[in-house]
Amino acid sequence: MPFGLLKYGLSKEYPARRQFPASSEMKDRYDVVIIGGGGHGLAAAYYLAKVHGITDVAVLEKGWLASGNTARNTAIVRSNYLTPEGVHFYDESVKLFEDLSNEFDFNILYSKRGHLTLAHTDAALRTARWRAEVNKHLGVRSRLIYPDEIAEICPQLNMSRDVRLPILGALYHEPGAIARHDGVAWGYARGAFERGVHIHQQTEVTGIETDNGKVSAVQTNRGRIKCGQVIQAVAGMSSEVARLAGFKLPIRSIPLQACVSEPVKRFLDPIVVSGSLHVYVSQSSRGELVMGGSVDPYTLYQARSTLDFKEGLMGHLLELFPFLSQMKVLRQWGGVADMTPDFAPVMGETPVKNYWIDAGWGTWGFKATPVCGKRMAETVASGKVPELLQPFALDRFDRFEQLGEKGAASVGH
Amino acid sequence: MKIMTCPLNGPRNIQEFQCGGPVKAMPGAQDSDTAWADYVFLDENPRGFVREWWCHLPSSYWFIAERDTATDAILKTYPASELFAPEKTVGGSQ
Ligand SMILES: Cc1cc2nc3c(=O)[nH]c(=O)nc-3n(C[C@H](O)[C@H](O)[C@H](O)COP(=O)(O)OP(=O)(O)OC[C@H]3O[C@@H](n4cnc5c(N)ncnc54)[C@H](O)[C@@H]3O)c2cc1C
Repeated sequence: MPFGLLKYGLSKEYPARRQFPASSEMKDRYDVVIIGGGGHGLAAAYYLAKVHGITDVAVLEKGWLASGNTARNTAIVRSNYLTPEGVHFYDESVKLFEDLSNEFDFNILYSKRGHLTLAHTDAALRTARWRAEVNKHLGVRSRLIYPDEIAEICPQLNMSRDVRLPILGALYHEPGAIARHDGVAWGYARGAFERGVHIHQQTEVTGIETDNGKVSAVQTNRGRIKCGQVIQAVAGMSSEVARLAGFKLPIRSIPLQACVSEPVKRFLDPIVVSGSLHVYVSQSSRGELVMGGSVDPYTLYQARSTLDFKEGLMGHLLELFPFLSQMKVLRQWGGVADMTPDFAPVMGETPVKNYWIDAGWGTWGFKATPVCGKRMAETVASGKVPELLQPFALDRFDRFEQLGEKGAASVGH
Repeated sequence: MKIMTCPLNGPRNIQEFQCGGPVKAMPGAQDSDTAWADYVFLDENPRGFVREWWCHLPSSYWFIAERDTATDAILKTYPASELFAPEKTVGGSQ
């Protein structure tokens, strides 16, 4: 192997395999059109082709593949949610994630770390206990732990009681993991392409045509495409694209920001989250600290970075890890998150027939990429929303049956 | 730091403010559940012009702000009385 690597490194020709061509010829009709070439859209295309043999599929992406939130997230994967519906759903995703590198024959650097949600108040302890009980009941490994054990799992944490918000306990979720987010998108894109799916980048959907309440075509900057069915998976742009199809969503587009430090030798194993301090951090396989906090305070369709975010985040992070005060920030960025009122996604039917929605992923949708892709593909192939997705229907808001997942959001918003 | 001009307190750091969501007409008690669900949960969420309620937290003063959500520009801020003055028609649902 080392010699193989040396030969590879010294080879004159660029030896890396091209995953798929930059563009394919666009047909004027596809059975299925997927709007949005992020992880979700690509995963749906992959499972349509792989599981259901439906390959007359086009993924339309207005920019570059996975240039949206898929490549902007902090890549945390977990299933320690609060509602049984959420726990079932995300647990299936974690299981799919664990085998994804094998399935793709492409390393997505899936790294199981353990996930600590720190509680600094009685209220936070109560929510942690609630989540632990719901999780255990459904077979998901989560438990409430106290300072002694926290200090063992993460000796770097400042456990002093002489601080503004001492750590009282934590929800410990062993399966918590991180992964290489763009690897996930490329794996799905390559697998879909190899099975005949067309992937069209620089192709923006600008209009949706319906016939008798049923979707019939999409208009794009490269012409009109007739289609049998559509999946809309455009994250932050969900409301704008749904408007083209003529319906409203329970979504507000709000920026979420993140940053990474310079890379340092590995010292932090678990993913550490503090709701009360509005901060979360993990150390990537490259050694960078990946850090994030709450969403911005108002709606905006811009992925800009702000000093306010960085200042707030750093102040809180230093309460947990005072020794990081000399650490330098390397990069800072943002993404536009599609936030719902109950912090749960929206999947399934819309007022337009054969037009399926995959939205409301806010700050939590990366971890859902495999399960959502798989189950949305099943929805399109069978014309029926699977039981696992039914609680997330758009019309739950008309029925006042929201899912109340805010208590499981990574940080208090 | 981003500055917002409060009609009462003048230009202040935007961290002193909280957004209260878009100005929209409230349904009446007789209206359907669907109308109420629409009012409470659904949103136009446009990329572009919005007219919203904002509050200057330290002074608890509510007012109206108009923003562009594509550019992050604050276009105009003014007292709610300008929008809801009795002789004027209400801003309406949007
Ligand atoms: C800073 C940050 C941190 C996050 N951290 C986490 C985390 O730790 N864990 C987690 O689970 N989730 C996290 N998330 C959320 C997660 O990133 C998203 O929910 C998820 O990536 C959504 O995937 P997607 O494929 O639906 O959207 P995207 O990847 O955004 O893809 C949508 C695509 O649609 C395209 N598009 C938009 N409009 C059109 C149009 N009209 N025509 C054609 N294409 C169009 C866009 O260009 C985009 O590429 C985070 C998000 C952010 C911003």
